[in-house]
Amino acid sequence: MKKSVIKEKIAQSFMAIAIVAVLILVVSIIWTIFSRGFSCITWEMVTSLPGGGFYIGKEGGFLNAIVGSLYIVLASTAIGLLISIPIVFYLNVFLKETSKFAYIARLAFDVLFGIPSIVYGAFAFTLMIYLGLKTSLLGGIIVTTLLIIPIFIRSMDEVAKTFPKDLLEASFSLGATRLETLGIVVRQIAPGIATATLLSVGRAIGDAAGVMFTAGFSDSIPTSFTQQAATLPLSIFFQLSAPQIEVQNRAYAAALVLTIIVLVISLLGRFITNHFSKNRLK
Amino acid sequence: MNKLRIIKDRATGAIMATITIVALLLVIVMGIGLYLKSAPIFAEHSLWDLLTASSWRPFKNEFGFLPFFMGTIWVTLIAIAIALPLSLLTAIYLTEYAHRIVKRFVFPALDILASLPSVIYGVWGTLIIVPWISDTLAPHFVDFSAGYTTLAAGIVLSIMVLPLLVSLFVELFSSVSDELRAASYSLGSTRWQTAISVVTKKSLPGIFAAVVLAISRALGETIAVLMVCGNLPQIPHSLFDACYPLPALIANNYGEMLSLPLYEAALMFAALILFFVVLLFNVTSRVILYRIEKQQ
Amino acid sequence: MRNPFLRWFIPADTNEPFVPNAKFQHPAVAPEITVDHFNLSIDGAQILKDVCVKLPANKITCIIGPSGCGKSTLLKSLNRLSDSIEGVKTSGDIRLGDQSIVNCSESDLVELRRRIGLVPQRPTPLPMSIFGNIAYGCKIHGLKGRRQLKKIVHHYLKVVGLWDEVKDRLGNPATRLSIGQQQRLCLARSLAVEPEFILADEATSALDPVSSKTIEDLFVKLKEQYSIIMVTHTLRQALRIADYVVFIYMGEVIEVGDAKQVFENPQHELTKKYLSGAIS
Repeated sequence: MKKSVIKEKIAQSFMAIAIVAVLILVVSIIWTIFSRGFSCITWEMVTSLPGGGFYIGKEGGFLNAIVGSLYIVLASTAIGLLISIPIVFYLNVFLKETSKFAYIARLAFDVLFGIPSIVYGAFAFTLMIYLGLKTSLLGGIIVTTLLIIPIFIRSMDEVAKTFPKDLLEASFSLGATRLETLGIVVRQIAPGIATATLLSVGRAIGDAAGVMFTAGFSDSIPTSFTQQAATLPLSIFFQLSAPQIEVQNRAYAAALVLTIIVLVISLLGRFITNHFSKNRLK
Repeated sequence: MNKLRIIKDRATGAIMATITIVALLLVIVMGIGLYLKSAPIFAEHSLWDLLTASSWRPFKNEFGFLPFFMGTIWVTLIAIAIALPLSLLTAIYLTEYAHRIVKRFVFPALDILASLPSVIYGVWGTLIIVPWISDTLAPHFVDFSAGYTTLAAGIVLSIMVLPLLVSLFVELFSSVSDELRAASYSLGSTRWQTAISVVTKKSLPGIFAAVVLAISRALGETIAVLMVCGNLPQIPHSLFDACYPLPALIANNYGEMLSLPLYEAALMFAALILFFVVLLFNVTSRVILYRIEKQQ
Repeated sequence: MRNPFLRWFIPADTNEPFVPNAKFQHPAVAPEITVDHFNLSIDGAQILKDVCVKLPANKITCIIGPSGCGKSTLLKSLNRLSDSIEGVKTSGDIRLGDQSIVNCSESDLVELRRRIGLVPQRPTPLPMSIFGNIAYGCKIHGLKGRRQLKKIVHHYLKVVGLWDEVKDRLGNPATRLSIGQQQRLCLARSLAVEPEFILADEATSALDPVSSKTIEDLFVKLKEQYSIIMVTHTLRQALRIADYVVFIYMGEVIEVGDAKQVFENPQHELTKKYLSGAIS
């Protein structure tokens, strides 16, 4: 056999190993979380608050963390969308394609996207001290909003870039202003916005390092913005570092809940992309 | 009537521009804020001392960051050393060889990897990787290891940056024109030769940028690493030593730090360093990636 | 079975004669477009050189010339879509009647663009229903009231001969129509704001022969009320429908005149060459 053909065979087997390794890793992670989680989870855990002596293995559940995470994610998603949609429109409709400002803005948002959430957390923490805020639900919402704005902008910008220029011209030549054309842009990229939203929600709900500094932790469900709030990732982290098996088991159950939430969100995003982008003009 | 429409249009434009600029200022404000907060520590220690001293005793006013740097560098290097070959092979396979059916399994699998939260990787690491190292791998090399090691952190981290690397590589490779491939094939080269000497060679700047981006992602990863790295402020001498990367340092001491002003400043200094390194790496890689995108 | 929701889209009395809204009345004398020493360059490269030409009212004017000669750029300059080209610089003037197009305020511009409609090269249905597409322009210019919009949609779909084909699915997305139908929808959409001029940028090049014949016939029918300017690179199309011809070569207007005269007795050497197929 020729040398090049032998090389080809060796390379192919290495690649096969790589692919199999990746698949095994995914299966291993999902299997570990699911098998551990399902063997530990009880109905009580997801429907009740921590009772007395919760962290040494007594009664209770982690409903506080589930609700806390939802509060933070929902609020920051809403605020994040309000801030990032105008930015995406400004970059794509109001600015020209090769505008220097748009280039710098995109670069900056890409950089912000890359900055680790622990740095956001530290920064937001100093900001809160400066503003006189204590660790609270509000603090968690602020840092999570800061964290997901770049994600929103980046992923919506990708979609908005594919918006056909012809449609803009068609609207302009009917005498529409740029503002009036936004309605069309929204309709056209609505599935993209939905997917971007889900992506960011998935990212926000799993983030722990940012809220660690800012939202604090609490055994009850917050009733005002100034109270501390628990979050799922932190609840997992704290329970796992406890020595009692019972507490650790609850961490596995919480990990299962978090994984299911994230997977459902990501599946939903995939479904929207596949399902609603067919009738669009390419 | 038309006047009003134009005024609305202009006003919206101005508001949007303002929001954009404010959002952009976040980068600068973040840098300044972290600097101001870490300034007190520069008053007592020179930058050089902070970076090169290796003794970390906050309550005795000793702030040596060297162990944390070494921890961060080790963990990141291990992660890239594992993830780079794995992701290159995977990406080459996906773009040059894979049948549609294979792609239909592998891409969603990578999506799942990308969407899982950091803490889940941490849980998986403590359940699978840590026991594997302490029971199976470590006994071959050292007398005892608890499993919470630099290696464990590196492995977990490598899996976390894998989907990012693969997706960037796949994008780069699939943008190489098919005519180039056809030219290479018609000279009689095999697929692998084409993949190596044409496809990856053409994408070399992009590969570099992708790796830089992955490094910066790895540098800032907190919870998962924190859960498996052992958290001992020492310079790791082997893969089976515990280590203590910078993000873990910040996360572990956030409550304690308020007790001592200098302690807080030290942690903010750690955040500032992370911020600057990540900023630098990100700008470098993005500028390269933009340039590649523009060329097409 | 009849769709009960159609009440939302179909006017009560479809036989009632249609009168355009007072906002959209054409002026008593149809204006001409005057291009006056107009220059346009992109990043320093001169695309249009000192173009001087009058585009007559109520005629079909065909702008012909080899590809890349600046036809489309000239057409886009007529309603200032050229603004969005990167690095564009212009001098000289273009006027609709007495109103300058090149030097006008933004609020005049949106009105000007209403008066000069565009039928694009490829159909561009907006991401909304068939009904919504036609009502869109009217809504922008402040026409409200479902009754009125229903009448407008009905009328203009009739004009372009699309009514009978789509009257049962006016609420469906416009993107589901065939390409030929989409192009007629785009024509109806620009007619609905009652422009005086209609610009057509190779409006039939993406269509099959039957659909493009339909569009051509429509243009011939419409020139009684509207002035039509079309860019075409198929000489045969220009021969079929043009009343007036502008021949452009390398960004310069070489010859202008009545179609008959230009085609049968071209004055300029380049025009002769182009018509004989020597340059394309």
